[in-house]
Amino acid sequence: MEFDSVMLSRILTASTLLFHVIFATIGVGVPIMIMIAEFLGIKKNDPHYLVLARRWARGYTITVAVGVVTGTAIGLQLSLLWPSFMQFAGQVIALPLFMETFAFFFEAIFLGIYLYTWDRFKNRWAHWLLTIPVVIGSTLSAFFITSVNSFMNTPQGFDIVNGEAVNIDPLAAMFNPATPAKVFHVVMSSYMTAAFILAAIAAFALVRKKGKDYHKKALRLTMITGLIFAAGTALAGDLSAKFLAEHQPEKLAAAEWHFETESNADLLVFGTINEEGEVSNALRIPGMLSFLSGNSFDTEVIGLNEFPEDERPPLGIHYAFDIMVMIGMYSLFISGLFIVLMLFKRFNEWNKPLLWGIVASGPLAMIAIECGWILAEIGRQPWILRGIMKVDEAATTSGDVGIALAMFLLLYGVLGTFCVTVLIKMFKNRPPEAELEKRYPNGKI
Amino acid sequence: MSLEVLGISVLWIFLYGYLIVAAIDFGAGFFAYYARITKREHIMSKLISRYLSPVWEVTNVFFVFFFVGLVGFFPDTAYYLGTALLIPGSIAIILLSIRGSFYAFGNYGPSNNTFFLFLYGATGLLIPASLSTALTISEGGFLEVTDDGVVFLAKELFTSPYSWSVVTLAIVSVLYISASFLTYYAHRAEDIESRVILRKFSLFWSAPTILASLMVFVALREHNPEHFQNAIGIWWMFGLSLLFFMIATFLMYKKKMYGFSFISVMLQFFFAFFGYGASHLPYIIYPYVTITGSVVNETMGTALVIVFIAGLLLLIPSLILLMRLFLFDADYVKGKK
Repeated sequence: MEFDSVMLSRILTASTLLFHVIFATIGVGVPIMIMIAEFLGIKKNDPHYLVLARRWARGYTITVAVGVVTGTAIGLQLSLLWPSFMQFAGQVIALPLFMETFAFFFEAIFLGIYLYTWDRFKNRWAHWLLTIPVVIGSTLSAFFITSVNSFMNTPQGFDIVNGEAVNIDPLAAMFNPATPAKVFHVVMSSYMTAAFILAAIAAFALVRKKGKDYHKKALRLTMITGLIFAAGTALAGDLSAKFLAEHQPEKLAAAEWHFETESNADLLVFGTINEEGEVSNALRIPGMLSFLSGNSFDTEVIGLNEFPEDERPPLGIHYAFDIMVMIGMYSLFISGLFIVLMLFKRFNEWNKPLLWGIVASGPLAMIAIECGWILAEIGRQPWILRGIMKVDEAATTSGDVGIALAMFLLLYGVLGTFCVTVLIKMFKNRPPEAELEKRYPNGKI
Repeated sequence: MSLEVLGISVLWIFLYGYLIVAAIDFGAGFFAYYARITKREHIMSKLISRYLSPVWEVTNVFFVFFFVGLVGFFPDTAYYLGTALLIPGSIAIILLSIRGSFYAFGNYGPSNNTFFLFLYGATGLLIPASLSTALTISEGGFLEVTDDGVVFLAKELFTSPYSWSVVTLAIVSVLYISASFLTYYAHRAEDIESRVILRKFSLFWSAPTILASLMVFVALREHNPEHFQNAIGIWWMFGLSLLFFMIATFLMYKKKMYGFSFISVMLQFFFAFFGYGASHLPYIIYPYVTITGSVVNETMGTALVIVFIAGLLLLIPSLILLMRLFLFDADYVKGKK
């Protein structure tokens, strides 16, 4: 590997995105959880849920701050590190980028209002209504920015004449073939991850015997929503696989180490691969890849050998794919198990091993998000615009990328450390019971 | 109005919006820190945080809006400025990141940490300085286009009198704008103690602001005579700016009409900023990028304008709601809500 400015730009972009995506995922997913909790609190006249919404919102502000600043960073880095790409893509994809800032603006305004008007309205529903623009704003942000990323995977909506983009169709570029599956997958998995992270916090309190009714209600709420969102994510994942099989077969083929074009293709789970492309230790599920690609074992799946060698994505993305799918399955399993135990009275859903399993599900879901993005982005290599512009044609010619990389890595280290410390300090030794007692002394809202 | 003029006007309005709201924010951070180390914290800090808490995120968006819009309307700027600004741009992002996140850590977090406040105050003065390099570079003379691409002449920038005069102007204006606004805000909050201090700050920083503006003119004459000539052509814009400056300081000095005094400050910067922008045209980055040569294709430009209008219809009522709840609600400002 040569550390020229192309490679350094890739590493810097990857670091920013991998760091940002943690906060972006929380940013998209948590508002809907706050919305549900506050709704239940008002509807059921139960202060537990209101305190839940308040405490989630308080922690959320910290993560939003880091999300906003790292989002600003990636926004500017696109032009700083990939100037040729932005010069070209600006002609075609400026619309969703621009709309994303509107969505962000909308969310920022209403989040500010929401956080500072808890006790300002006589009618509690008026305050709850403020969650709607926040949820809409954060989800629309995800939609617009994901459509930009989709465009990079399946560019369309323009013609190229003498290296310039002409006959632009902004809407066709925005609603490219990759957009529906990608947006659905990103939004669902963000909701799901937020639910499991919040579940992990409640489960951790219960496992440490600090948890009371408040945490039990929190866990039930997050596990039920978690299961729904996990099922949604699985469905979105299935649609994504079908999309890849049809529009970006080299990504699917690299993720599955699938070399020869064939029908009744096997799905590979785990395993290792050597330099000669021989796979060992893998679990083969016969015909499953074909089934995944087109709902029939006869579906022909295009193999990697159909592509010239310098246009094949790295084979390492298989591991990211495996991890992502395994964690997705695990999330479905653990939330399903909790709900089954909850529904049948003779079982105890508060048993320790299960709670520990839920504690693990939060960080695991975030790892799955990272793996999913690694798969999606590295799976697009060597293209920045699939079939049109390669990554090395787009990178900056500046010789200073190394310095910038060092500065940003330091920044992310500092932000990450402080963010975690502040969040822990915020909630440690401030149990929800004390807050309940203080705000709602007679147990009513 | 042609598409490119419309585009640049929209962007310039947003940059002006950012200039005002960010200056208030940056200056407020500095004053809050100053109050802390001079043990006068109880006086100004509460006032400042009551204003900043609900709006800091919105401030950030103005900036994002500007640069996303610039790349959208004029994709060529991404190529030139992107390559040239890697290091200054990265420094600005890092400062903005530290500032934004440590504001949240300090304000929503558990502890009232002086170190967090220091980071917040100090970065507030460095950010205008680093962001203003983008404007300086757009004057030409700091970029060289070779076969390998765009080369940024950092040494030229650091030794240029023009660049330093812009940096000085950026920093003192921040303190001046911010103090003028906060005087008005303190007046509304009936917080006499804070108002007395902030009024002094406002008067103190008014002289350097106007001196620095003149310095920029003088340096510009040397650096880019063409631009200077254009600016002379619309001298009345700068004349109006000076007039509003005098109105603002007069009212401030007489302790009268703080609200109108701040509006005059806004108008002072409005005319100076739009005069500067108008005389800069037709160049966006002198002499490589002009507004006609770099404008996005027409279909995309039209789509952007439509979205922009639709977006404003959504944003303006929301912003009014925000201001009514936190800026013009007397009880909130006084800390009763």
